[in-house]
Amino acid sequence: MSLLEVNQVSKRFGGLQALADVDLRIEVGAIHGLIGPNGAGKTTLFNLITGLYTPDSGQFSLDGKRYRPQAVHEVTKAGIARTFQNIRLFKDMSALDNVLVGRHIRSQAGVWDAIWRSRRFKREEKALREQALALLDYVGIESYAWHRANSLSYGDQRRLEIARALATEPRLLALDEPAAGMNASEKKVLRDLIERIRADGRSILLIEHDVKLVAGLCDRITVLDNGRVIAEGTPDAVQRDRRVIEAYLGA
Amino acid sequence: MKSLAYRWPIFLALAFALLILPIGMQELGAGWVRILALAMLYILLALGLNIVVGYAGLLDLGFVAFYAVGAYLYALMASPHLFETFAAVSQGFPQGLHAPIWLVIPLAAALAALAGALLGLPVLKLRGDYLAIVTLGFGEIIRVFLNNLEHPVNITNGPRGLDRIDPMSLWGLSLSKPLMLGDFKIASVTLYYWLFLALVVLSVLLCYRLEHSRIGRAWMAIREDELAARAMGINTRDMKLLAFALGASFGGVAGAMFAAFQGFVSPESFSLMESIMVVAMVVLGGIGHLPGVILGALLLAALPEVLRYIAGDIQNLTGGRIDAAILRQLLIALAMIGIMLLRPQGLWPGGLAQPGLARRT
Amino acid sequence: MDTFLQQIINGLVLGSMYALVALGYTMVYGIVNLINFAHGEVLMIGAMVAMSVIALLADASLPGWLILLIAIPVSMLVCSSLNFSIEKLAYKPLRQAPRLAPLITAMGVSLLLQTLAMVIWKPNPKPFPQLLPIDPLDLGGPVITVTQLLILLVTALMLLMLMVLVNHTRLGRAMRATAENPRVAALMGVNPDRVISATFVIGAALAAVAGIMWAANYGTVQHAMGFLPGLKAFTAAVLGGIGNLPGAVVGALLLGLVEAIGAGYLGDLTGGVLGSHYADIFAFAALILVLTLRPSGLLGERVADRA
Repeated sequence: MSLLEVNQVSKRFGGLQALADVDLRIEVGAIHGLIGPNGAGKTTLFNLITGLYTPDSGQFSLDGKRYRPQAVHEVTKAGIARTFQNIRLFKDMSALDNVLVGRHIRSQAGVWDAIWRSRRFKREEKALREQALALLDYVGIESYAWHRANSLSYGDQRRLEIARALATEPRLLALDEPAAGMNASEKKVLRDLIERIRADGRSILLIEHDVKLVAGLCDRITVLDNGRVIAEGTPDAVQRDRRVIEAYLGA
Repeated sequence: MKSLAYRWPIFLALAFALLILPIGMQELGAGWVRILALAMLYILLALGLNIVVGYAGLLDLGFVAFYAVGAYLYALMASPHLFETFAAVSQGFPQGLHAPIWLVIPLAAALAALAGALLGLPVLKLRGDYLAIVTLGFGEIIRVFLNNLEHPVNITNGPRGLDRIDPMSLWGLSLSKPLMLGDFKIASVTLYYWLFLALVVLSVLLCYRLEHSRIGRAWMAIREDELAARAMGINTRDMKLLAFALGASFGGVAGAMFAAFQGFVSPESFSLMESIMVVAMVVLGGIGHLPGVILGALLLAALPEVLRYIAGDIQNLTGGRIDAAILRQLLIALAMIGIMLLRPQGLWPGGLAQPGLARRT
Repeated sequence: MDTFLQQIINGLVLGSMYALVALGYTMVYGIVNLINFAHGEVLMIGAMVAMSVIALLADASLPGWLILLIAIPVSMLVCSSLNFSIEKLAYKPLRQAPRLAPLITAMGVSLLLQTLAMVIWKPNPKPFPQLLPIDPLDLGGPVITVTQLLILLVTALMLLMLMVLVNHTRLGRAMRATAENPRVAALMGVNPDRVISATFVIGAALAAVAGIMWAANYGTVQHAMGFLPGLKAFTAAVLGGIGNLPGAVVGALLLGLVEAIGAGYLGDLTGGVLGSHYADIFAFAALILVLTLRPSGLLGERVADRA
């Protein structure tokens, strides 16, 4: 049984058919790539899966159960966390606080707990802090825990965003162009991180333009062009697919 | 939290100074203590608005509505008005309505919180500018209702307002009479000042605890980037409503205190200018930063009184055109413009001295 | 029936004045994404300046209409210059700042203008001189004063001029381009600063005229007179679809009609419970309803939410 199944999903924006009859299957523990030329509909599909848009037609299922991504925050509770193409960190908050916000839905303290500083609250805060620091360490930026998020380097900001997404304990981590703007060595670090995340039991959906990175990392790749799936399969198969080559180079 | 614990001798000294301050000022004249007491109420308002504007990032320009709700609630519950207007009340409460403090404070907070949530509901999806205008509209709507709810049923007594409001009394001790400690007389205003100071201290503690908690972080996330906050699973709708409700409750309590202190309320005290003043206090002092907000409130509350000393000269210089009230308005306007252009983070913003390091929560 | 027609006329007159102010709001918002809180105050300044000019010319033994004809452009000039300076000094430096900053500044400017008006012209309400014949013209039932007629005509004229400007001149094209996409417009050689300044200048001119008409219609001026009309004009702009010029006019006329008819009948409709002084909150209620139910306004585009 696959983790996430997208069936015949379509989305139209005014005159533009952004997605038409798109299918996608992500297996548990897989790293699944989503590629395609600019404007193919990758981010639109992303946004549909994560509840930012509502599909015109089509169905989703998560863990075999019908899944309707209505509200963005429900999606996260259901176990899908994402990063953004243009990095949307909480800029003036510290790196640690950013990750702590990620822990929000997996913690309980409410207004009363906060006001009375109950023992439960104190215990939870301590635990949250430890978890957050551990996550920062996991992605390799623990030394910047107290630094303002927008003072981190570009690569570190990307890693922070991943740490924040991981803090929500997702089953599926959806990364929107995580390697954009990175040099070769940074990409290597990122690749190792993604492999480690998969090894630790999560599935990953990845939009990327770097074909080499995608080919080396992903188990399966879905290729979109003009809102339709034109190929799906292992990296080798996809790279050799005639339609894919045409889409990227132009017929 | 460690850094605050080390500073507690300073807090103790500060607390002591604040406590005996009015005793000293009593000698200079009750007027000064009255200013202090009112300043305390403004601090309460600023703290409440800070939750909405400073923590959650929602610009509320109608905050005075909650002040009014609290004030009129107490006025109705502790004055002869309802008793004299409605036979049902005079029959049910032959001694009149005299609500005690332990009932008033939670009730005012609750009613204001409800009003805050009701205000919050329709504005949840609105962006900054629109949110500001709509909340402004709400503030005005409340004022119009207060001004006009005298027929067919006279609830608010219209522009005449409600008077003969009971003073606050704590366990039988009425705050409207001076307290005699042997030969030493403590003025009534001083007693009120202490009561308000206690409320301020409590509120500061409340705000501090909220700020440094899961809820506070969620609010700040919403302020920074609402979409990202939602993507992290935060139910931004509920959080915003919570901010509105909690912030409003502060306004409600302050309003009830105001009604007791003045003994009289009328729609005039709850104009748009008051809302703007509180916004100016928060913005001038340092949005989202408790010490800054308190500073802003003190500055703008004390300003009119300081001005009274120099206003006389200016009034003569300009042939009577600029009086204290106009001068205050002028300075507030310039302060708002100036702060945004020169130091938008406020006079006393949060954040540690070193660049790159963020404020600890 | 006569009363109803009368209210229609009153509504159209009211709506015309709102339209002139609403256009200023909508143009500025369309280009710089800022609600210029201080715009209502420009209306007030327009009226005040006109009053001063008229007072200055009072001894000149000129016919009333000529004095008015002189006062209007002078007032427009003063208001436009004022708005131009305000934009350059208070808003331009904050173009890249977070949303809160220009809002606070605009509020500060609004307060500043009101206070300055209190200082210059003193806080008490003053009568605006009646320069036009005051006898109303009988339209066979409802009546209309010369002032009201002039309001309708002048508004129509100003709208026409604006339409020509926006649709058939280089500046107008630049304004439309900047409203759609400022970066691309700049890449095409449009100077955004010039366009923004022009928008503020034009908006102020319109508001000045509206202010003079308002003062002439209601007979008094006072430093706080711009607040409510400003708010209502903004509501009209939102009603019609913010950024949409014809929408602002439609919204304004609609709002004016609703307000006039409502004020006239509100007492009857609610059996005396709600009197006409509740008419003011119509605009607020309308604003809240529009923003909650149809935020893009009546004529606005339904823009899909792109993440």
